[in-house]
Amino acid sequence: MKYALRRLLHGVVLLVGISMASFVFADLAPGDYFSALEQDGRVSRELIGGLRSEAGLDRPLPVRYAAWLASVVRGNFGYSLAYRTAAGPLIRERIGGTLLLTGTATICAWLLAIPLGIYHARRRGSWQDHALKLAAAILLATPELLLAIVLLVLAVQTGWLPAGGMHSTGWESLSAVERFRDTLRHLVLPVAVLLLGMLPVLQRHVRAAIAETLDAPFVLAARAQGIPQRRLLFRHVLPAAINPLISLFGFSLGSLLSASLLVEVLVGWPGLGPLFLDAVIARDFAIVLGVVLISAATLIVGNLVADLLLYRADPRIRIR
Amino acid sequence: MTRRVRIAAGVLFALHAVVLLAGFFAPYDYDEQHRDYPYAPPTRVRMFDPQGRFHLRPFVYGSVQKLPSGEYREDHSRIYPVRFFPDGRLFGVADPGVLFLCGTDGFGRDVFSRVLYGGRISILSGLLATLIALTLGTIAGTLAGFYGGWMDRVLMRTGELFLALPWLYLLLGIRAMLPLHIQPGQAFALVVVVIGTMGWVRPARLIRGMTLTARESAYVLAARGFGASSVYVIRRHILPMTWSVILTQATILIPQFIRAEVTLSFLGLGIAEPMPSWGNMLAEARQYFAIVSHSWMLAPGFALIPLLLGYLVLADSLLAAGASDANQDS
Repeated sequence: MKYALRRLLHGVVLLVGISMASFVFADLAPGDYFSALEQDGRVSRELIGGLRSEAGLDRPLPVRYAAWLASVVRGNFGYSLAYRTAAGPLIRERIGGTLLLTGTATICAWLLAIPLGIYHARRRGSWQDHALKLAAAILLATPELLLAIVLLVLAVQTGWLPAGGMHSTGWESLSAVERFRDTLRHLVLPVAVLLLGMLPVLQRHVRAAIAETLDAPFVLAARAQGIPQRRLLFRHVLPAAINPLISLFGFSLGSLLSASLLVEVLVGWPGLGPLFLDAVIARDFAIVLGVVLISAATLIVGNLVADLLLYRADPRIRIR
Repeated sequence: MTRRVRIAAGVLFALHAVVLLAGFFAPYDYDEQHRDYPYAPPTRVRMFDPQGRFHLRPFVYGSVQKLPSGEYREDHSRIYPVRFFPDGRLFGVADPGVLFLCGTDGFGRDVFSRVLYGGRISILSGLLATLIALTLGTIAGTLAGFYGGWMDRVLMRTGELFLALPWLYLLLGIRAMLPLHIQPGQAFALVVVVIGTMGWVRPARLIRGMTLTARESAYVLAARGFGASSVYVIRRHILPMTWSVILTQATILIPQFIRAEVTLSFLGLGIAEPMPSWGNMLAEARQYFAIVSHSWMLAPGFALIPLLLGYLVLADSLLAAGASDANQDS
């Protein structure tokens, strides 16, 4: 319990540090949302100055930081100048889309990676091992970008899958079952891209962890006692090999909000990715900072969960 | 060195050589436009003429665009032999013949040449960013490990801030704060610096760990006993120890940073037209109509695969060789 509290406190401090650092950095940056107006000869300097002071950009840095932090605590995440509304609701609205995508992909990836990794580790040195290794390496070396583009082309050319977005036009008029099926059809392509990106990484780690444990003397002893293969693998080897996998799981959890940025942009999925990218280009700092903060918080929570799980799973850690 | 590693090193060497010497290997300049040949498919290089006779010197047929369909057709009456070493380049054909190994884009620019020139930008930014990241990481790591105390705490806490952000968000976040429209040269420098400063933490942590162990070792104590200064100990005893880690980290960081550049440029936040980079070339290919019928526009994406694969194999073998525990992040 004390351990959990200490870790939690550490995470909060880290988050405050990030918020300060990114806010100061955003302030040091040349130009703001209104800089684009300065290029326009028809808009007078006074008007731009007026707009800036109206948006509160002329106040000193600590005051603005305090105001922003208060707004973050209330869940508003500051005022988006591009959308002329609080950034918080805009961000929250998009989180669902991202989670649907990354959640599905992450679950599928883990469900596939563990059996594949175990299968792989059991057959070290065989041709299946080499084939899987090669496939994983090629997948690892294939940029997500290319994968997404190629799959999109295939989807469009065969007409099997929709070419992007989350819903078909006229989605509102469909019945609940049809809505579900429609969303599912739209999910397949981005999930496939994410899955193909995650799978080789996870699979390699599972294989490494299991392979290392399979060499341990206790496995030989267990095998000598006649413990059946399946029981040996899942009851003896897997728990012993679980530590690095828990850390990895924490990372998977932590990157739920950030893993799909590129894919979302590519297929036009209404998630955080396109929102963030547009905000970057429009220099809409409230949204940029908000999304950065939320994704950092998710990563920190993911690590925290991993630490706590490790603490429960491995007595050796509790002594420290 | 196993055979696999040797092949990987060979492929990497060849790729780097071809790409960095793009001015020699590319038949055209990256911005040379052939207005009569928009979206021309790859030119077929032939050894046999229509009569079935063998030509020792490869040749290409002239190609003609049929309007309005936009399809290209070979004109068998016009034959252009491939010439080697014409004006300082490896190969080419005499005007008005054209030789597009990977087809052309919408402006009639040779995709093969642009892949080479674009690769120069992408690979160079990966290499330079890695140099920056490793330099910063080595300095921070040795300082933190050697002097300890407040310096260690400040550096490592700052590092944690960097690690707590997902990399793409960090990258775009930093990019968001910097001017959007700048000169190509500046853009290149900016991309390199942004990517490079992003990646200092992991090498710094590893090197800090090594410095910590080295600081306590008997030979450092002995050197100190002989009156060696801190600078001498760092230079003579600590830095040489970190070489293997630096090398391993380089093989991990370079492909990661090349991807980062490609991603940034793809999203329109990195290197901009007319300067090619694999990222902005892919952005061009992304348009749906372009890829459905002009699949050769994806060439830069496929060029990435052997490059990244080569680094992957190299990094794996280095990790396996160099006592993997030294490279595990704490």
